[in-house]
This record gives sequence, structure tokens and C-alpha cells, in this order.
Amino acid sequence: MKKLITFRVNDREYEIAVAPNRTLTQVLREDLNLLGTKEGCGVGDCGACTVIVDGKPVNSCLVLAVQADGSDITTIEGVARGDSLHTVQQTFVEMGAIQCGFCTPGMVLSATSLLDKNPRPTEREVREAISGNLCRCTGYQKIVEAVQEASRRMKK
Amino acid sequence: MKAYNVINTRLPRVDAKAKATGDARYAADLAMPNMLYGAFLQSPFAHAKILNIDTTAAKKLPGVRDVVTAKEAGLVKYGVSPARYDEQVFCPDKVRYVGDEVAAVAADDLETAMEAVSLIKVDYEELPVLLDIESAMKEGAIAIHDDFPGNIGAEVHQEFGNFEEALKECDIVRTDRFVNKRQDGGFLEPQACLAHYDLNGNLTLWTSTQSVHYVQRSVSMVLGIPIGKVRVIKPYVGGGFGPKAAVNAMEIAACLMSRRTGRPVKMVFSREQVFLHSRARHQFFHELTTGVKKDGTIVALKNTCYLDGGAYSSFGIATIYYAGSLLGAPYKLPNMKYDGYRVYTNKPTCGAQRGHGGVAARAAWEQQLDSIAAELNMDPVEFRLKNIMKTGDVTCNDFNMSSLGMKECLEAVRDGSGWSTKKGKLPAGKGIGVACGFFVSGAGYPIYRSETFHSTATIRLSEDGGAVNLYTAAAEIGQGSDTILGQIAAEALGVSLDDVKVHSGDTDFGVDLGAYSSRQTLMSGHAVKAAAEDTKRQVLEALSEKLNISIADMDIAKGVVVFKNGNPDFSQLRTAYIKEHRGWEDLPSGGELTFREAARIAFLTRGVIIGNGAYKPGELGGKYKGAAVGTSPAYGCSAQVVEVTVDMETGKVTVDDMTDAHDCGFAINRTNVEGQMQGSLSMGLGEALFEEVRFDEKGRVANPSLGEYRIPTALDMPNVRTIIVESDEPNGPFGAKEVGEGAIMPTIPAILNAIHDAVGVRIDELPITSERLYALMKGKRRK
Repeated sequence: MKKLITFRVNDREYEIAVAPNRTLTQVLREDLNLLGTKEGCGVGDCGACTVIVDGKPVNSCLVLAVQADGSDITTIEGVARGDSLHTVQQTFVEMGAIQCGFCTPGMVLSATSLLDKNPRPTEREVREAISGNLCRCTGYQKIVEAVQEASRRMKK
Repeated sequence: MKAYNVINTRLPRVDAKAKATGDARYAADLAMPNMLYGAFLQSPFAHAKILNIDTTAAKKLPGVRDVVTAKEAGLVKYGVSPARYDEQVFCPDKVRYVGDEVAAVAADDLETAMEAVSLIKVDYEELPVLLDIESAMKEGAIAIHDDFPGNIGAEVHQEFGNFEEALKECDIVRTDRFVNKRQDGGFLEPQACLAHYDLNGNLTLWTSTQSVHYVQRSVSMVLGIPIGKVRVIKPYVGGGFGPKAAVNAMEIAACLMSRRTGRPVKMVFSREQVFLHSRARHQFFHELTTGVKKDGTIVALKNTCYLDGGAYSSFGIATIYYAGSLLGAPYKLPNMKYDGYRVYTNKPTCGAQRGHGGVAARAAWEQQLDSIAAELNMDPVEFRLKNIMKTGDVTCNDFNMSSLGMKECLEAVRDGSGWSTKKGKLPAGKGIGVACGFFVSGAGYPIYRSETFHSTATIRLSEDGGAVNLYTAAAEIGQGSDTILGQIAAEALGVSLDDVKVHSGDTDFGVDLGAYSSRQTLMSGHAVKAAAEDTKRQVLEALSEKLNISIADMDIAKGVVVFKNGNPDFSQLRTAYIKEHRGWEDLPSGGELTFREAARIAFLTRGVIIGNGAYKPGELGGKYKGAAVGTSPAYGCSAQVVEVTVDMETGKVTVDDMTDAHDCGFAINRTNVEGQMQGSLSMGLGEALFEEVRFDEKGRVANPSLGEYRIPTALDMPNVRTIIVESDEPNGPFGAKEVGEGAIMPTIPAILNAIHDAVGVRIDELPITSERLYALMKGKRRK
């Protein structure tokens, strides 16, 4: 039996009926067509499906959509403002922090969430913040450098 | 060195913004109206006869549109190497590993498809399960494939020089054994595809692949659809590293069910299915005997290797050759003997993974070379430098080093790491190690015997003169080929990267063998460069006719026409252009004739301007059996110094520092080259310390998740120093050659050599987990 839920996603209100076994990843991707949220494992290991729920980065594959009832969600589609990229996205682009790009949405959300709470993270803190987001392509270095550069630019 | 405008820069990737914003669409993001969802029934047994398949209940389930087995799919065999086509979409009579495909269902939604799969009844008769090479090769063992009694799917025997004779001249002879563990590709995006067979009999397949070309050929062959009616398109791909290089059963099954139902069919692997499909790094068992003179000259090498191949051949024939042929270089080695065996077992099939065939052999030998250096009382760097090959050298198995910056790489990591101040001087528990690596810039021959071009490229200028459209079937899988090829096109044509629109990864755009064996920068790059030069020639010819200036006196650079003898009067051309673009914005002004104007004039006089390019390597290598495998137009090389800390109480290894130098010939994009190096190092670190696909006694993967199969996280990887060495490869476009795979080669042995430096033990088995290292350290203390 479907349950009616309401939530805000990227500053837009939604009221939708969801089956109780549907994950937030599925509902975002399939019902809301927000395909920037990726599914790499479905069991919370890889972090590709990271979205921000009420200020915290979470693996959306581990959240049932009904649990998100009433919450405020940001997906990768809600990070840029119009055609101007968020500083983190901009530094990812400029500094080569993107290769295949499958981890990138989750990585960007974990990084923006970190900088919201801790605008001046150390390298270690950056690495800890993204340690739940696996990347097989980059070796992480350029990602870490991009987050640090974003931190520098956002301070100004 | 010549000054360039677009290449040898740090321009951002052309796909970076799409990927940073979530706009980039991968195969699992695709959908079509009226689409069905497919699901597989896969074998629960590692080895069993199929006695009967009953699909009645599945077919009756509401919402099920198609159920297929070998009966519907047919029995055409396919695979990678035509000499070993041993796969079928669905097993007709027996299953050979847990996960082997038995049937598939297409239904209105995924839940229904999966429920229907569970309703298919299969009667199996279990057969003896062979999970390792010893039991598979044992006298009287059951044959996994009837054609191969004894279960040896492929063997290679090669000798160059005379190993036994050469050994007699040697002062030090050392034999060591080495075993790695089966790896998983660990790419983030599970394979997915969407097939659409339309009413005109045209099949379109969107799929997560490294090679649209091989998928097109295989689908056409297996399903009996004319190749001209099969179009394969690669959307954005979330990594491949080898396992996505060949067609998979999912792609063929989706096409089959789309043809039968007349509806689009989508299929997506779960992460567990990615592990079952595998096609990644084999487990290698190497025994190496090396002979060296007391002055440190390496004289002879014998390498015996057994590969645990899993249930089917896949890339295994190439793997077994590569495991021998790539080992001698980058050292001068006059005598080399190799015996390799690839053995079928009842496990998921192994194939190609980054550093194909060479990684375990390199790990073994570079560690053995360190042991020999110690016996000679020579510094490991000096020992390597003494034996190093240089540009112009030819290996005993006929590989031609048309460029080789190996010495420069070794010196760069020695100097960049502080080797001389650290080697032998670090406190207990800390160590430093060095190793070298070597790899092809693209396999010299296609996988099937053919005179085909390895890559073609087409450039079509837009008719308004506004854009350069580059069409290539090359596969961007994350390594950056769209950007590299766009840069090459822009540089060769004389425009900016912003002016180039890259259209890639589609069989309708030409032939390209795809992203494997580190081929695309060199091979696709050549084709693109030729297409750009052809385009430029046509534009300049049109201008020449209008202005009566010889082509030789003109060029295009930075988006404007360069007149070598001073600007002529081109006001008539400009007036013509402005008339054509009346009322539009951004009309050209100033004293230079723009490329846009020139391209428009060319269209007005000649019609659509299309430039063509194509590339295949010339004849390569020797005449012996298997000589084609390992040949390449160019070879990349690298060196690495790694520092580690070993916790003496637990055996935990922390990699503190890595200094890596790679000779990529010429860096088209310096940021991308560094990115490939850093990614390679992290994959190598994972393989050295964590990664192992494990099986239970029934042949089931015991750790089919990214939680239990551990790839490095951001906390496992240190920041690394990446040094780009450029040797100006004569066979590469603008001097470029590989970096994608070769960069992994020195990582594992440099880590192992650093561990030896730290705690004095030699490692003969990967991964070197804390437990394994602790046991080795304890064993040493007892002695």
C-alpha cells in the first residue's frame, strides 16, 4: 500500500505516493527524474547516491523514501545556481577532480556539506569527509585539492 | 620544442561540467517510452548439467512479455578471441560458474521481471566443482569444456636466445615464486544497457562499454542481424579498466528480447552481478628464474606462469601472452624463456584489467631484482640504471623502443623522492622501495584478424562556419579521450577547444577499436589529427582559389587565417560572410580573417566540408608464434619510489609517500596525465594491500560488495608526486603515447620493496594484508 509523503527537493515541494519498500534513490531517480543521483552498489558502500537530507550527507540507497517524509533534500541538481556552478563544482572542473564522473555528484555533495559546516578543513578532514565516497579513477588527490581550493575561494 | 596553443596545457575536460552538475547521462539513466525491464536467471551452481528448464509459470505471470533461454537465443558461440569463442548467451546444456546465465525475462517493470525469474524451474545435475588450477589440471579431472580435456584453455611456449646456455655464464641465479589474488575492476558504474529494435529491423543499443565496435560485431554475429543494421552507442561510462571491453550476455539478451517483443528493453547489473561477471584480473602463479653476472648485467630470465582463468576464455589468450611478452623490457635482456598456461576453473571468467597481463609478473620480477641487487651489494636504482633500455633498443622478442624515457623516469624518482638520503637510513618499521614499469600504447593488431583501421575520424564543419564537429567511435570511459581528441583536433586545425564539439562512442561515427590496451591517445589521436589536417587543407584550398594565394603561404592558428607574406585584401570575403549572416550577432571585424569566415567561404564554394582521417599501425614485431601479442607502435614506461610505515605490532602497512614518473611521450593534457597516474597508483595500492575476490567451497563469491571487497578510500591514499617525462614518440600524434595502464606497473613492487626495506621480509603472495605480513614478520623473528 502506497503512502503519501511530502518533502522538499532542491527548493521545490513534492507530494507523492510511494510504496513502502522504495528507497530514496529510486524515488529521486525514477519518480522525480533527478538522475544525477547515481546508484553504484545499492547497499551504502560506495557513496555515489549521496544526497543532503536536512543538512546531512546520507546514502540515499539506505533511506526509505517514507523515512524522508517532511525532510529537506538537496541533490546534485540543486547545487548549481542557474548556469553558474557552485564553487566546489567549479574547482572540480578546473582542477581535474573528475574522470568518469560517476562518483562526482556524491563527492560534490559530501564536499559542499563539509564546507558548510567547516569552511577551513584540513587535508585530513577533507579526506575523512569524502572517505565514504569511493572513486576508482582519480586516486582522490585532485578531488582533495579541489575541495581545499574551493575552501580558499569561499573564504574570500 | 614547438609552441602549441591547445595541447600540452591544463584545459578542463570537455565533459567536466556535465558530470559536475549531474547532467551527464549514463546507461542506467536512459529510458524510452513503452520500455520493458530485463532480468537474468543465473546459475546457483558452479558446475552442473542442465536437465530441464520449465518457463511455463514465468510466462504466465501478468506483466511478463518475454522469457528466453538458449532455445530462443540460439547456440552461436562468441567471445573475445575468435580462436576461443566459448561463450553462449544462455547455457544450453551446462553451467560453468555461479552466475552463468540460464534465462532472461522482460517485463513491464523490474519487480515483475525478477519475480518471473524466480518462477523459472531448472533441473540441474551437479558436477564436480573445480575451483583452483591444481584440481582443474589433476589427472582425470572433469573437463569444464569438452574441447579442452585437461582444462588447459591456452598455453604459450616461447624462447628467445638460449636460457640454459646463458645461465652458465651467470654468477647469481635466483628462483622465486609469486602469487597474486583475483581482482575486481571496481568501477563505480555497474554495467547497464538499453536495446531498441525498431520496425525497420534496425537495432540500437546504448550500453556501458569500452568498445562500441566489438559489441556491434558480437551482437550482429550472435543474433544474425546484418552489421549495418546494428548501431551501438556508448553514453557516459563510469569507468571500465578492462572488464567492459568485450560484449556481455546482458547486451545480447536485451537486444534479443527487444527484437522479439518489438519494445525497448533495459537491463542493469546489480553490484553482485558485476562481481559475478568479473572479466577482471586473473590470479597469476609465477615462477621466475633470473641469472645475473657479478657486474650486475642481467643475462637470462625464465618465467613459468599459470593463470586461473575461470569458466570462459574472454581476453585470456592475450593475457597469457602478455604475462610473458611484456616482462623483459624495460631492461636489456638477451635470453628469455616463457611457458604460460591458462586454466579453466568453475569461477567467474577473468579477462583484462589495467596493466593487462603484466601487473603480477612485474610485481614478482621487480621484487626479485631487488633481492639480486642486495646479493650484488648494489643500490637498487643503480642496478636498474645499469640494465636499462633506451630509445632505439629492440627487445629479444622484437619490440622496438621507438622512444623510451626510462632512464629519465628512474633519475626523476630517485631525485624527487630523496632516495639517496633515505635508502638504508630509515628507522625500523619505515622503508623505501623502487620499481620500474613498461606497457604498450595500444595492441598492434585487432583482436580478430583484420586489415581494419584501428580508428577512423571525421570532421564536419558546420555550414555557417561556426563549429567543428568531430565524429569518432572512440570510447570515453573516464580516461579523458573526448578531451584529448578534441584538443588534438583543435590544435591540428588551428582553432580553440571551445570551437570543437566532440561526438564519440557511436558505431555510426566510424570504426574505433575502443578504450583498451591504452590505445586511444595514440591511435584515435592519429586519426583525428589526420582528419583535422584534411579539413584544414580543404578550407585553405577554397581560400586559395578566392585569394589566389598558394596554400603553402597560409595556415590557420588560434582561430584565424595566418598569411605568411602579410595580410592580403580579403574585404570581399568578409563582405560576403557578413551578407550571409545579416542580422546575426558577433560578426567578424578587425584585421584578421577568422576561421569562421574561411569555413563559411569554403562551404559556399565546395559544399559541406568533411575531413577524414584513419590510422592503423604498420607491420610490427617478429615472425614467431604469438609475435603479434605485445607489439605496439610505442611503449610507455615509468618508475616509482614508495615509502611505507609498517606497524610492527600488527603488520598494518601505511603508504606514506609515492613519487611517480611516467614517460607519456608528450602530454596532450598535463592535468589528465597526472590524473591517470594518480588513479593507477591508487588501483595498484589497492591490489597490493587489500583487494581479493574470495570464494566459498561452492564457488560462490564470498565478498560481492564494495564493503567487503575493499578498494582504496581517500584515507588510504597519500598525496603523490607525479612527474611527467616526455620523450617525443615518433610514432605518436604530436609525440604522445600511453599513460593509462602502464602507470600501475611499478606501484605494487615498489610497495613490496619498501616493505622489505622496512621489516626485512619478502612477500610472495598478494594482497599483503596485516595478517599475512604479521605472520611473515613473526616467521622471520623465529629464525
